Amino acid sequence: MSGATSTSRSRFDSGPGNAMNKLQSAQEAIASLESGMTIGIGGWGPRRKPMALVREILRSDLDDLTVVSYGGADVGMLCASGKIRKLVFAFVSLDFIPLEPYFRKARQNGDIEIMEIDEGMLLLGLRAAAMGSPFIPTRVGLGTDVLTRNTGIKMIRSPYDDARVWVAMPALNLDAALVHVDRADERGVCQIKGPDHYMDDLFIRAARRTVVSCDELVATEYFHDNAEESRYVFWERSATTAVVHTPCGAHPSSCNPLYGIDVEHFNTYAASAREEDGWQRYVDEFVAGGEEDYLNKVGGVAQIKSLPAPVY
Amino acid sequence: MLVDLLITACSRAWDDDGEVLASGIGVVQRLGASLAMHKNPDLMMTDSEAYMVSEPVPIGPRDGYEPQRETWMGFSRIFDNVWSGKRHALVGPTQIDRFGQANISAIGDYDRPKIQMLGVRGFPGNSISHANSFFVPNHSKRVFVDGEVDMVASVGYNPDRVAEGWKLDDIDIRIIVTNLCVMDFRGPDHQARLVSLHPGIEVDQVVENTGFELCIPPDVAETPQPTSDELKLIAQYDPHELRASAVK
Repeated sequence: MSGATSTSRSRFDSGPGNAMNKLQSAQEAIASLESGMTIGIGGWGPRRKPMALVREILRSDLDDLTVVSYGGADVGMLCASGKIRKLVFAFVSLDFIPLEPYFRKARQNGDIEIMEIDEGMLLLGLRAAAMGSPFIPTRVGLGTDVLTRNTGIKMIRSPYDDARVWVAMPALNLDAALVHVDRADERGVCQIKGPDHYMDDLFIRAARRTVVSCDELVATEYFHDNAEESRYVFWERSATTAVVHTPCGAHPSSCNPLYGIDVEHFNTYAASAREEDGWQRYVDEFVAGGEEDYLNKVGGVAQIKSLPAPVY
Repeated sequence: MLVDLLITACSRAWDDDGEVLASGIGVVQRLGASLAMHKNPDLMMTDSEAYMVSEPVPIGPRDGYEPQRETWMGFSRIFDNVWSGKRHALVGPTQIDRFGQANISAIGDYDRPKIQMLGVRGFPGNSISHANSFFVPNHSKRVFVDGEVDMVASVGYNPDRVAEGWKLDDIDIRIIVTNLCVMDFRGPDHQARLVSLHPGIEVDQVVENTGFELCIPPDVAETPQPTSDELKLIAQYDPHELRASAVK
């Protein structure tokens, strides 16, 4: 545990109740999900993806999933393993490898159903779900094939005097959201210290249940040391259902400032897509043996933590 | 180098802009934006990650340079900026049609694409909210297609796609810089128009490599060569010469 050096102390004795403990193993957390669910995945492209949780899904018998994501290898791996029935996305990319190889295969083979929308529409869909609204009106999507290809997205006439029709971006209600954070306590206070929390707060709020993996599990006192620490907490703990402690759980995506993108591993992953049975070999080598085995295979925690932050 | 001329031409996309976010997506586009911000310090740029900066960040390894951050600008806030209209993006679509509609999503049959690319990304929102320009390193009929692009990711001047209560003038496509010429959409009824030819390029070469009819004014200017000051600035913003491999 980090944060053990805390010097701040409450001057009150603790009361009779026990604080909630949301700590679960990755297996327990993923076992709480069901096939056919709509699952939102936080992060952005190759950045702070809950990859340890994704690998746990690969090890599970979950399937028939609808996945909502600013996609990276999370989407690629779930495509490769046939877990995705439908994908809600604006892009899938590893940035330095622009075209995600397994997503590409899945699309070009016609393997998955899709709802392709603008990045901002995805944000609005999550926000609508978070607000409990059926939709949010927007101009985004007008005139494009996002509307012709998604006949489920309706238009609405403004009830005010602008005399325009608007895109009624429907709520993207999630059964579950998976997010990776820098650190959390066992009550579900979650901190993202990196430069961007992306839309993770919206994924969390759009979901009925949420699983947050964390690089570091800390005592609550960690947040007491310095008021600045709580400025990096983007949702209240009642929105966190389960906390899973997964050191380097975003690997091979980045968890800036703790570690950067593992370019070499992404290259290995992308190369596997060009080989016959490449995905099965990737799974056998990196996924099947469990998370401890994975971390050893990719060089260990110390090595991952030395990966430099990406330069954009 | 041709690429320096292209970067300089790209930088002029922002000539008529005031205090807007200049987003150049791609090496040539970003260097163009950097040059534009040097000329017009009211422009805003990001570090391409999560902050706005007071001066353009050189591309590639930083070698000790620290971006001059001034405002947090995470992705959620980018959309607030996009929807405010105070942005002008210069992007590199894979296909562009006569309406200025552009595609970065997929080529071929949508249900089973021949080539799946990125997805529409932010193109729909960008194109209906703020000014956009395009950079095309390989001017050809594969990019400038006959008919409509395979997947309309960004809206253009297509009268058949205007939603009720909206106008074509709500759309603002500025210029297209290619390896042959500069174009805009200021022909009759927003027709694509040839603005200038790069040195040594003939009108016929542009026409032969464009899948739709262009408005060709009687006198077409030559795209200006970069000045020595501009060349110095480009070298400064691209110390590792990443631009050398940006154009074939």
